[in-house]
Amino acid sequence: MIPASFVYHKAASLKEAVALLAALPEAKLLAGGQSLIAAMKMRLARPSDVIDIAGLRDLSFVRRERDRLVIGALTTHHDVAVSADVQGAIPALAQLAEGIADPAVRHMGTLGGSVANNDPAADYPAAVLALGASVRTTRRTVAADAFFTGMFSTILEPDEIVTEIEFPIPERAGYCKFRNPASRYAMPGVFVAAKGKGARVAVTGAAPSVFRVVDMEAALSRRFATDAIADISVAVEDMTSDLHASAEYRAHLVTVMARRAIQAALG
Amino acid sequence: MTAITVTVNGEPRSTDVEDRMLLVYFLREALRLTGTHIGCDTGHCGACVIHLDGRAVKSCNMFAVQANGAAITTIEGLAKDGILHPVQEAFREHHGVQCGFCTPGMIMTAVDLIRRKPKLDRPTIRHELEGNLCRCTGYHNIVNAIETAAKDMDTNS
Ligand SMILES: Cc1cc2nc3c(=O)[nH]c(=O)nc-3n(C[C@H](O)[C@H](O)[C@H](O)COP(=O)(O)OP(=O)(O)OC[C@H]3O[C@@H](n4cnc5c(N)ncnc54)[C@H](O)[C@@H]3O)c2cc1C
Ligand code: FES
Ligand code: FES
Repeated sequence: MIPASFVYHKAASLKEAVALLAALPEAKLLAGGQSLIAAMKMRLARPSDVIDIAGLRDLSFVRRERDRLVIGALTTHHDVAVSADVQGAIPALAQLAEGIADPAVRHMGTLGGSVANNDPAADYPAAVLALGASVRTTRRTVAADAFFTGMFSTILEPDEIVTEIEFPIPERAGYCKFRNPASRYAMPGVFVAAKGKGARVAVTGAAPSVFRVVDMEAALSRRFATDAIADISVAVEDMTSDLHASAEYRAHLVTVMARRAIQAALG
Repeated sequence: MTAITVTVNGEPRSTDVEDRMLLVYFLREALRLTGTHIGCDTGHCGACVIHLDGRAVKSCNMFAVQANGAAITTIEGLAKDGILHPVQEAFREHHGVQCGFCTPGMIMTAVDLIRRKPKLDRPTIRHELEGNLCRCTGYHNIVNAIETAAKDMDTNS
């Protein structure tokens, strides 16, 4: 499969990338290319210009700041998975990164690309939402609750670039996904995180976009245990039905994955 | 068109490429290095795995221009002075090959795996191979080969 023609630009700085995006309305950013290139091959995406930001090494880092973990947008899934800081502060996040796709895809794909893409079955959006992370961009800082707006869509403006994501470090967290056997995408995946009396639960791979389950959060805030949510299920009519799984099956799996994620969080 | 310079199997190559040319086509058609295969063209099968600056990547899922300035190793670059790489030797010894279509990608993935994780057990090998499909389903001997190669390379290092 050959993508349609485009003009390639290698951005030497973030400023240059923003200027190119502003000047070229049909342009797209290229980070790891692990989602964009597939979309271009199928001609679901036909950018006039491709702006490669993978060379901006300043955006590839993991930094521990007291009670937060800050990860650069261009950090690859592999680098997140093997980072001692991530493993120490939020082991569930390292484990999530290790479970994305396969080793070769993890060497290229990036955190920023995954959240900007907001694939309905992507793993990172669940962590970003459940951990109550903040997404920093070239323009502003956006809370996770406001960032993801729908299927493959976010609050990002066309000339806005994700630069880093700041994750508050939870007391405990766990992620479990039912892996699509062909792609390893979440079908679905549930991330739970707890700090103090509060708990957050985010689900990916079940509906058009990542979402929180407030009933489970309320139950877990009272008592953080697997049986606290065993009887809580999500509404079947909100779930996606496709060739991989019916809406009923997805709704059922959400509760099962949530139980396993809680178990993982209790370690 | 963009002018790129890449080092392929130790040799510098400078050439103009069409911006949309995928790296796998550049290797196979421009450089005639046809050991790197195209199985799916969607990033799933791993037949096209090469090393980009020492890390395994799927060459059907990146543009040749993205590799500008990088060092690439393909299956053709593994043997040195007519002597097979230990992973190639182990695939031969254990008959980790049936039709051979997936083999270059399997071997490039295995070399990367042993670099990252020198001490390997069988469940880890199977798990790490999830981005490489063998249509002949010859996984058993592939796992045997990788297990042996990892042990040999560990004791010889
Ligand atoms: C075989 C295969 C299996 C996969 N399995 C999984 C899986 O199990 N789970 C999972 O979560 N994902 C999976 N993926 C997707 C993978 O994680 C991608 O790496 C990720 O979705 C996109 O990251 P990228 O860096 O490759 O982005 P790209 O493909 O380069 O870009 C994706 C989109 O985001 C935009 N973008 C990129 N960076 C930024 C930025 N910093 N700011 C603003 N916009 C930006 C681009 O313009 C583009 O629209 C899989 C991919 C493949 C090929
Ligand atoms: S041809 Fe590249 S992964 Fe199948
Ligand atoms: S040996 Fe035939 S595809 Fe693997």
